[in-house]
Amino acid sequence: MTATTTRGAARIHAAFDRAKAEGRAAFMPFITAGYPGAAEFPALADTLLARADLLEVGIPYSDPLGDGPTIQRASEQALAGGTSTRRTLDLVKALRQRHDTPIVIMTYVNPIYAVGPREFMRLAAEAGVDGLILPDLPPDQDIEIADLAAEYGLAVTFLIAPTSTPERVKLVAEACTGFLYAVSVTGVTGAREGSALGEVPAMLALARQYAHVPIAVGFGVKDRQTAHQVAQVADGVVVGSAFINAVRDGQDVAALAAEIAAGCRKSV
Amino acid sequence: MSLTLPTYPQPDARGRYGRFGGRYVPETLIPALDELERAYRAAKKDPAFLNELGRLLHDYVGRPSPLYLAQRLTDYAGGAKIYLKREDFNHTGAHKINNCLAQALLAQRMGKRRVIAETGAGQHGVASATAAALLGLECIVYMGAEDIRRQAMNVFRMKLLGAEVREVTSGTSTLKDATNEAIRDWVTNVRDTFYILGSVVGPHPYPAMVRDFQSVIGEEVKVQLQAAEGRAVPDAIVACVGGGSNAIGIFAPYAYLPEGERPRLIGTEAAGEGVESGRHAASMAGGRVGVLHGAMMYLLNDAEGQIEAAHSISAGLDYPGIGPEHCHYSETGVAEYVPVTDAQALEGLQLLTRLEGIIPALESAHAIYYAVQLARDLGPDQVIVVNLSGRGDKDVAEVMRLLDLETKREEVRA
Repeated sequence: MTATTTRGAARIHAAFDRAKAEGRAAFMPFITAGYPGAAEFPALADTLLARADLLEVGIPYSDPLGDGPTIQRASEQALAGGTSTRRTLDLVKALRQRHDTPIVIMTYVNPIYAVGPREFMRLAAEAGVDGLILPDLPPDQDIEIADLAAEYGLAVTFLIAPTSTPERVKLVAEACTGFLYAVSVTGVTGAREGSALGEVPAMLALARQYAHVPIAVGFGVKDRQTAHQVAQVADGVVVGSAFINAVRDGQDVAALAAEIAAGCRKSV
Repeated sequence: MSLTLPTYPQPDARGRYGRFGGRYVPETLIPALDELERAYRAAKKDPAFLNELGRLLHDYVGRPSPLYLAQRLTDYAGGAKIYLKREDFNHTGAHKINNCLAQALLAQRMGKRRVIAETGAGQHGVASATAAALLGLECIVYMGAEDIRRQAMNVFRMKLLGAEVREVTSGTSTLKDATNEAIRDWVTNVRDTFYILGSVVGPHPYPAMVRDFQSVIGEEVKVQLQAAEGRAVPDAIVACVGGGSNAIGIFAPYAYLPEGERPRLIGTEAAGEGVESGRHAASMAGGRVGVLHGAMMYLLNDAEGQIEAAHSISAGLDYPGIGPEHCHYSETGVAEYVPVTDAQALEGLQLLTRLEGIIPALESAHAIYYAVQLARDLGPDQVIVVNLSGRGDKDVAEVMRLLDLETKREEVRA
């Protein structure tokens, strides 16, 4: 696939390039839209955006089967507070007024189908979204979504996992237009004990043969040290559950973001 | 005892039934689904697998299950003859064991020593635990906290059989959430774990595989009805649908007959307190197309795609989606799907119990109720087969509670 580079893809690639020029892997925090509440979310997003090369915003979803308990509870709390698909896009639109940092939306596919794929893409583009991360959409499952995203200037990101065969890695890597998301473990999202690296180096070596986009690694990155491990091999570091845990436990999110951002430097 | 597994024209190579089905799952699982598909395709042609499954279905499950002419129910309805396909006779009490034994054998063949399952009413959990005990596999069953309360006896059975029952308290604490947890477990332990899925839902190849394993129901009806009535094809078949495995098991062997030779196929959806009440599990009558647990199907979900809680008197039908092949049958007119309420199901249960001395599962009671209505409109030369998918032992405590409530309400009114 030699898709023309979309507006969103160009902005995402530029963010990775800037980080690389500074000797860093891109720092990519994730937060659930409307968490901990719709009123508190903007300030939390501002805090993360102060450090982020790229911000991932999750649409809260009732049945997030690729996520662990931390993000699931954040989703439940955000939904209870009235944040859903359209409200998420409104929240992003408001962030866009204050920030130029690329923002990608993480969503399961059902909210896209419910709103209608074309209407969803139109609303996302209008809100200033740059790309989509689709955890339950393998790229060979529904071509229409990727084509529509491109039509509206949005980049798409699909995932590879340690279980992916070489054929799957090739297929997924070639389909990504924003960045490629490599899942560090077989499992769901969540901060874990021990090294975040696991099977990542071998997986990335394979992916780099096919990907024409930067590669980010996520799942299980929780602090400066794990971020630094991942930064040695990846172009970007995704951190989600650790921030949600920090908010929940009343920790200093700005300090944690600064720590992890520092961990993303390639050299010590 | 020789067994042949059927081959149907659906799904297509991508696991689609028309626009339904597919594989909407995290990439982590795609290689496992490919592996499962290959293993199943090989097993389907392997005489050793087929002989072992055939032997177990006969000697252990007790197949073939009888096809019983319910004469007193027929007389009561005053129209078509009503036959019951007695899946309630099966070991562990329902049709679920057909599929569980087959999948557990497949797990064993694939060298997986750990099996996981989700369960609502507990029938699939008990059947999975049973198959695991028989084959010496480790078994973990995910079950919603609400269903654990409603089905205490089945929880105890699973534990007695050596399974670990994991309580699920996320979301609505029912079957859909138990399914989410089972999928999460599978994503995490996919390399050494086999997921025994309980209905014709989930990512491809599950809907096709479960259908094939349950098709033994309809295939037996063909032979038995031929012996009883001199024809293999009835005028109508009625079966309850939640996810839809018992229904597809009796429908599929007839569904691909040419139009005109096909019986009317009727699935009864759980309408709970009524489709208009918003408290129901009727995915077709009250839902819209969406994606859940890996497949595109009719689904209870709101305008922004959040999955809505299903409600049914019967824990086994309390699921917000319905199998993709059923969705395709509905869209192409191969089968009809009709809503039956909690109250009507309770009436069906009491009818069958009083007239025939058979206490059906609350799930099957939905089909009984509708079959009686349908029989009234048909002539005595017509034949209806109802899939009596399970027995009511598991529901007796819940039915006692509900009938007691009803009596108290009547006393208040009087």
